[in-house]
Amino acid sequence: MSPIHKATTHVNQNEGLIFEKSSPGKYAWKLPELDVPEVDSVRALGAAARSDLGNMPEVSEIEIIRHFTRLSTWNYGVDTGLYPLGSCTMKYNPRVNEVASRMEGLAGAHPYQPEKIAQGALLIMKVLSKCLTEITGMDTVTLQPAAGAHGELTGILLIRAYLESKGNPRKKILIPDSAHGTNPATAAIAGYAVENLKSNAAGMVDIPSLIAQANEDVAALMITNPNTLGVFEQNIAQIAEILHAKGALLYMDGANMNALVGKARPGERGVDVMHMNLHKTFSTPHGGGGPGSGPVACKQILEPFLPVPVIAVKPDGALGFDYDRPHSIGRVRAFYGNFGMHVRALAYIMANGPDGLRQTTEDAVLNANYIRKKLEGQYDLPYTTPSMHEVVFSDRLQGKNGIKTGDIAKRLIDYGFHPYTVSFPLIVHGALMIEPTESESKEELDLFIDAMRSIAEECEKDPKLVLEAPHTTRVSRLDEVTAARKPILRWKPKQQPAAAD
Amino acid sequence: MNYPSSLKYTKDDEWLKIEGDTGVVGITDYAQNALGDIVFVELPKVGAEITAGKPFGTVESVKAVSELFAPANGTVTAINEELAKSPEKVNQDPYGAWMVKIKLKDAGEAGKLMSSADYEKYASERG
Amino acid sequence: MRYLPKSDAERSVMLREIGVKSIDDLFAPIPADFRVKGDLNLPRAFAESEIVDYFRQRSAENAPGYASFLGAGAYHHYRPVVIDSLISRGEFFTAYTPYQPELAQGTLQAIFEFQTMICELTGMEVANASMYDGSTATPETVMMAARVTGRHGAVVARSVHPEYREVLATYALHQGMPITSVGFLENGRVDMNALERAVTEESACVVIQSPNFFGTIEDVAAAAEIAHRKGALLVVMISEAVSLGIVKPPAEADIVGMEAQSFGVPVGFGGPYAGVIATKEKFVRQMPGRLVGETHDKNGKRAFCLTLTTREQHIRREKATSNICTNQALVALMATIFMTVYGREGMKELAKHNLSKAAYAAGEFGKKAKVLFGGAPRFNEFVVQTIEDPKAINERLLQKKIIGGLPLKKFYPELGNAALWCCTEMTTRARIDAVVKEVA
Repeated sequence: MSPIHKATTHVNQNEGLIFEKSSPGKYAWKLPELDVPEVDSVRALGAAARSDLGNMPEVSEIEIIRHFTRLSTWNYGVDTGLYPLGSCTMKYNPRVNEVASRMEGLAGAHPYQPEKIAQGALLIMKVLSKCLTEITGMDTVTLQPAAGAHGELTGILLIRAYLESKGNPRKKILIPDSAHGTNPATAAIAGYAVENLKSNAAGMVDIPSLIAQANEDVAALMITNPNTLGVFEQNIAQIAEILHAKGALLYMDGANMNALVGKARPGERGVDVMHMNLHKTFSTPHGGGGPGSGPVACKQILEPFLPVPVIAVKPDGALGFDYDRPHSIGRVRAFYGNFGMHVRALAYIMANGPDGLRQTTEDAVLNANYIRKKLEGQYDLPYTTPSMHEVVFSDRLQGKNGIKTGDIAKRLIDYGFHPYTVSFPLIVHGALMIEPTESESKEELDLFIDAMRSIAEECEKDPKLVLEAPHTTRVSRLDEVTAARKPILRWKPKQQPAAAD
Repeated sequence: MNYPSSLKYTKDDEWLKIEGDTGVVGITDYAQNALGDIVFVELPKVGAEITAGKPFGTVESVKAVSELFAPANGTVTAINEELAKSPEKVNQDPYGAWMVKIKLKDAGEAGKLMSSADYEKYASERG
Repeated sequence: MRYLPKSDAERSVMLREIGVKSIDDLFAPIPADFRVKGDLNLPRAFAESEIVDYFRQRSAENAPGYASFLGAGAYHHYRPVVIDSLISRGEFFTAYTPYQPELAQGTLQAIFEFQTMICELTGMEVANASMYDGSTATPETVMMAARVTGRHGAVVARSVHPEYREVLATYALHQGMPITSVGFLENGRVDMNALERAVTEESACVVIQSPNFFGTIEDVAAAAEIAHRKGALLVVMISEAVSLGIVKPPAEADIVGMEAQSFGVPVGFGGPYAGVIATKEKFVRQMPGRLVGETHDKNGKRAFCLTLTTREQHIRREKATSNICTNQALVALMATIFMTVYGREGMKELAKHNLSKAAYAAGEFGKKAKVLFGGAPRFNEFVVQTIEDPKAINERLLQKKIIGGLPLKKFYPELGNAALWCCTEMTTRARIDAVVKEVA
């Protein structure tokens, strides 16, 4: 087994909960002098006055800086190294995006300020909208949804509204068995029943099954393309035809657009409506779980139903919001969406230009295929179909020593990497889902490949090392069973601290 | 794996103990083993009607949820309150940790479920 | 392209090792007639300096530096500078959802602290790690109440933020959830008699907001009494989180839905913000959104992890409590740092400043025009009714680089020439005096 090149253990700061550092009298704030008469809260609010803020912390500024700095050193980010989570597209988050979004007139703009002093924000939204419709080959877009799942809901509601306008909203949505969990959850919230659609031996939507299941009760099929196996749904045009012939629509989950930008446009192959994840394909930061932004692009037939308001050009040429939309599905969010993410995504598109975006997509697919080539043989490939921007292996070859994908992932941590996606998609037993993105150098990829090869060897020669990994992190594997049986979801005063942090 | 001969079994890995027109329901040793550490059991309210073959509750491990399927038609007369505090009892003693007691609609029908020998064969086929 | 860490030589080597001649071979799975020929019609690549310049110009077109009296769900509070210093650390900023706890204790502990502070402020027992915002938290609380009670209607006060109600309507339509509206009285508070009549055995919950859209503090106890007597839950929405420093938290509520934007999040033309749902422990399994719990590792060391994940979409799929996946983690972190900076004493003083500024402004306006909804306490917003159309007043104020209160005709036409004014700790007495002067 090769020695570990990418990572070394190092002294790392401990830090308790902020409440444990709190002490009455310490403070980190100072307000300016009050230039109006001070109001007595009890006199002003009566019974609604609050007397005590209980256990809110009291600490100084340096303690706050140290607290969160120390916490941050316990994390791993894209900035640290390869983050190969499948379908998450953990790419570089450009710092100029942060500068752009913090400009005073953008960060400080109130959503209700008069349109004539919001032209800068409106133009950003309009230009981004134009770019996204061009990239997807669609006719129009809404930037209102706050994340991918929110975009999915918006898209399905657009479909429902359209079908209702034709006399029958229909009853069910077809969802491939490889789909991300948000797809069926979304269908349920939109009031549709979910019907599963089988994948075939190549890992794609099974056309005979689709033909059998597509009927007048089906409102739409939600397809991810490339799908969660990283495989391009080659029959997409035929899939769209089958659905359209029955009066159903084709929804595309755009989570995997990083394989298509600049190379193929979903709108040209029968997709009626799709969402994008700005926090995946368009480089806005993941931030530990969000914020995201899930714009929805669609064909003209769905335009009347878009969430209100839509951006419009007024007779005098100025930009504004149009609220007069009688067929709109309504609002899906207050105000106009996660504007801060719109700024960042536009900055990303501008930094790349059309050639940069195309090169980005090419490198993303190149990187995934490089990993696939170098690891096939060591790890089982459940599907021989070509991979686009992500590759899915299974733990079948390692299973004989009782080692599962989750164990391999934990051992990868000792090698200095964040794990890949474990046990998803569900159609692969023991899946290892790897998406490197274009942001990885050959050097980083080679270190990853070496690590995975070394772990495969360890699975044979020293399985215990893998089964009990990670060995070099601040905390070893956690007791998630007790966390679920007896949830402790907040700090309480006089709680017994566990072994020293 | 252990499959007491005094009980009846279903293909959904539930056991049924018939005592006159009362049925006691739980999940089998095979089921608790497949689920792993159980963290939560969701049961119906007393008085609820349950229908044979249809879900009447769920059992959760850390990363999965499985439905509980009714072995017979009946009305819930009691639920095992202990499982709310100690769901691990299902892992430790799957036949002692009963989940619901029901007033059977038809004790005769219920008697037609799998015997312990048949269930053992069924369980071993699945690995 | 400068974000791509490869040379053409390396690309060639990699292609060779894969065993293909060119990158086009790797795109062969895409049918030829579907492949884009040439470049997309997008702006050509900008230099970094050009990008900065472009957005600087856009910023200039947005009246930077104007004084603003707008509130209505998005509040101008001072953002302590440590917030951006800390959230910009790459390990917070570029990390993903903490599904692998051994590599994410920083994010997990920060969320646990967030959950704790939200509980302390709202008087609830558990809080989640965030929803998208206050407006989407509204339907999530109602769907949660429906799951808990098994009932299918909601009674919603008209004094809840109009856009929150619009979002609720969009979701409720497809959940088979009839929404009944209840009006407000002359004191700005919910009409309790109307509420009494509207709540039935089919009502899953009553939804009020406090301070409400007009800035008025509701009689939460009275609303709770009516709701509970009829077997419904009480949902209280909070859109101005700073109010929790001085206004009694809605402890009688069963579910609190909150917008945390006031806690150190830029107003940013409407987003990203951060919603939160907080509730009683007994309802935790019906609560949507991620939850972080405390546990220990195999050596007994305290640690944190995502827990009760079986509620969520990636496990329960169509039976999940919500379809939410990505939340607003980084924004919630801003809020956590803000709450830590101000802390126990600071949150109180900050709220007191807000209360005092608004009280002074309302008093001064009252000498020149009609301040509505007297007779009930309010926090940092109030409604002024003028003879002149508020839009005309605001036009004059814009000349002075001041953005006036929000004209309410669009949302509440029955209030005529009324506008919603907000004063925070950032509002100066001089500006207040200047705007009052404009109200002839």
